[in-house]
Amino acid sequence: MQTEDDTAQSSSPRQHARAAELEFKNVSKRYPGADKPALRDLSFKVPAGEICVLVGPSGCGKTTAMRMVNRMIDITEGDILLDGKSVRGRKPAELRREIGYVIQQIGLFPHLSIGDNIATVPRLLGWDRKRISARVDELLELISLPAETRDRYPAEVSGGQRQRVGVARALAADPPLMLMDEPFGAIDPITREHLQNEFLRLQEALRKTVVFVTHDIDEAIKMGDRIAIMREGGVLVQYDTPDRILADPADEFVARFVGLDRGLKRLALSKLSDLSLDDADSVRDGTPAHGQANPDRVVFVDGQSRPVGRLGRDREPEPIGPVGNPDTSLRDALSLIMSDDNRPLVVVDADGAVAGLARLDVIAGALASHNGRDAPAEARS
Amino acid sequence: MGLLIAASGPVIPNFGGASDKCAVNNGFFCWNWFTQHWGSTFGPAVVQHIILTAIAVGIGFAIAFALALLAYRFDWMETPIAGISSFLYTIPSLALFQILVPFTGLTRLTVEIALVSYTLLLLFRNIVTGLREVPEEVRDAARGMGLTQRQILLRIDLPLAVPAIFAGLRVATVTTISLATVAAFVVDEGLGAPIFDAISRGNFKTEFVAAAALAILLAWVADLLLVALQRMVAPWAAKRRSSVVPRSVVRAIRGRRRPISAVRET
Ligand SMILES: Nc1ncnc2c1ncn2[C@@H]1O[C@H](COP(=O)(O)OP(=O)(O)OP(=O)(O)O)[C@@H](O)[C@H]1O
Ligand SMILES: [Mg+2]
Repeated sequence: MQTEDDTAQSSSPRQHARAAELEFKNVSKRYPGADKPALRDLSFKVPAGEICVLVGPSGCGKTTAMRMVNRMIDITEGDILLDGKSVRGRKPAELRREIGYVIQQIGLFPHLSIGDNIATVPRLLGWDRKRISARVDELLELISLPAETRDRYPAEVSGGQRQRVGVARALAADPPLMLMDEPFGAIDPITREHLQNEFLRLQEALRKTVVFVTHDIDEAIKMGDRIAIMREGGVLVQYDTPDRILADPADEFVARFVGLDRGLKRLALSKLSDLSLDDADSVRDGTPAHGQANPDRVVFVDGQSRPVGRLGRDREPEPIGPVGNPDTSLRDALSLIMSDDNRPLVVVDADGAVAGLARLDVIAGALASHNGRDAPAEARS
Repeated sequence: MGLLIAASGPVIPNFGGASDKCAVNNGFFCWNWFTQHWGSTFGPAVVQHIILTAIAVGIGFAIAFALALLAYRFDWMETPIAGISSFLYTIPSLALFQILVPFTGLTRLTVEIALVSYTLLLLFRNIVTGLREVPEEVRDAARGMGLTQRQILLRIDLPLAVPAIFAGLRVATVTTISLATVAAFVVDEGLGAPIFDAISRGNFKTEFVAAAALAILLAWVADLLLVALQRMVAPWAAKRRSSVVPRSVVRAIRGRRRPISAVRET
């Protein structure tokens, strides 16, 4: 592994799409002196390049499971395979340099500049100066931090920026696996959502294998390609895609954990771009539109066919309200429709031009069609 | 034993030469007398004082540092080490001289042994506290990124303990500068010597005031230099928003201030 890094120096420090498959095989953990195991017979597989979210109530063993991967905690029984090779035989320090790790409290080094924080693992791996410097610049850009923050100390940047630096630091040596323990935990909801979106955008390009811990089911649904739901005593209850978990919870515990609003949560997983839209009757603003049959479908547009108004129920023109776009979630679309007297939502394309109308019953129909999508829901322990 | 103060006989006032009116009248501070005696008395005394202090703080720091690393590595060692250094700290300096003189004589060694003993507690406490106050998540992150135990100590723990270590060094240095005046009980060195001389001349004010002022000035300059040095070694600490020194260290230092002045007055 090390030699591979050394010989790779001449090539550009861009990410070469390296991701490793991770497999838990009957892993158990019993802390010394504890009467009950913290993890019981955990088995699951994370395909290379996917985000697996471990979620469950406090104390169910999420952190324990994650920290056994990079040998921060010893495995009592079973094995963990990284790219098919057991981690048990690896030297801990070496193994850890190959795995990106973001701890919950971030843990930036306060005495090192942001740049030096990010450079930690590349330095440990003995990269040369130029390569490290280039990599730091690249990562700062990747997490959209201004270049001058490189020389600042962690105390001199905002909490959200520190969180990003924590992620960049873990990504620095381009590890095939990332472990992220509640990386966006202690942060306000708006910044948190921003960081989540940013990470998903990054992941789209990087395609790392990621193990992501959270106790927030909404975050799990948003971030996960797969979700592992755990319960007290370190038992894995269900391991599935977010949609399947919401559509078909394995048991009462999972159903309660995902919440009664799981139907709405499923809506949040789909976007307006997944929906077939109705055509709108676009009318050039200023021309009379009284002859139209269905006032709900009338949209007044400007010269670039951008919506400027609609026809009210009273058939009087009124200015346009909020509109949707292809990235708007069905859940948000539903909410907009219901707060607008159940009128269809005007959807615009990337250029702001009218693309069509989203009807309430079409959205409801999408939920129903999802249900039948992945057929044999019973075949699961 | 043969301590200077015991040897000094009845006081015959001698205020330094009939030529200087101010001195003869024992004025509060005679600038001329002071400048005349800078080369023969005060200059050398300042240099000796600096040497006495530097040796004491240097050796004290080396010992305390080694002990602190031991206590940091092996928890159980902290209590006995702290106990012994606290004990040394509470022995009044004059008593310690009395105990040491039969073994080491009226030498600089006697003085240094005493001064070093007084620095140990302060330095040890601060270094250990500094190391222990490294946030657990920082150490955890370091371990998780693949730093070895040794790398964590050298690259994380020690640099982060620098503010606490300097806090200890500053108090230890200032304390030692003040304590080193007592060295004149044993050897004719340091700024204590002109103070004793002033007493033996029948409280010659100029010499007394000059020596005391120089000691204060020295402490002040040393403190400033240490602050500047810390800025250089740990520039990040100045940029931290809130406490530069962890609160418990401040507490540890404040808690120790009282016994220091008690010792000083003996
Ligand atoms: N070092 C330890 N020694 C003994 N028991 C431990 C240790 N660390 C964790 N445990 C126990 O193991 C169980 C799982 O802990 P873990 O930290 O993995 O939970 P978690 O799911 O990460 O919880 P949270 O969401 O609160 O972070 C808990 O019951 C905890 O008390
Ligand atoms: Mg945890």
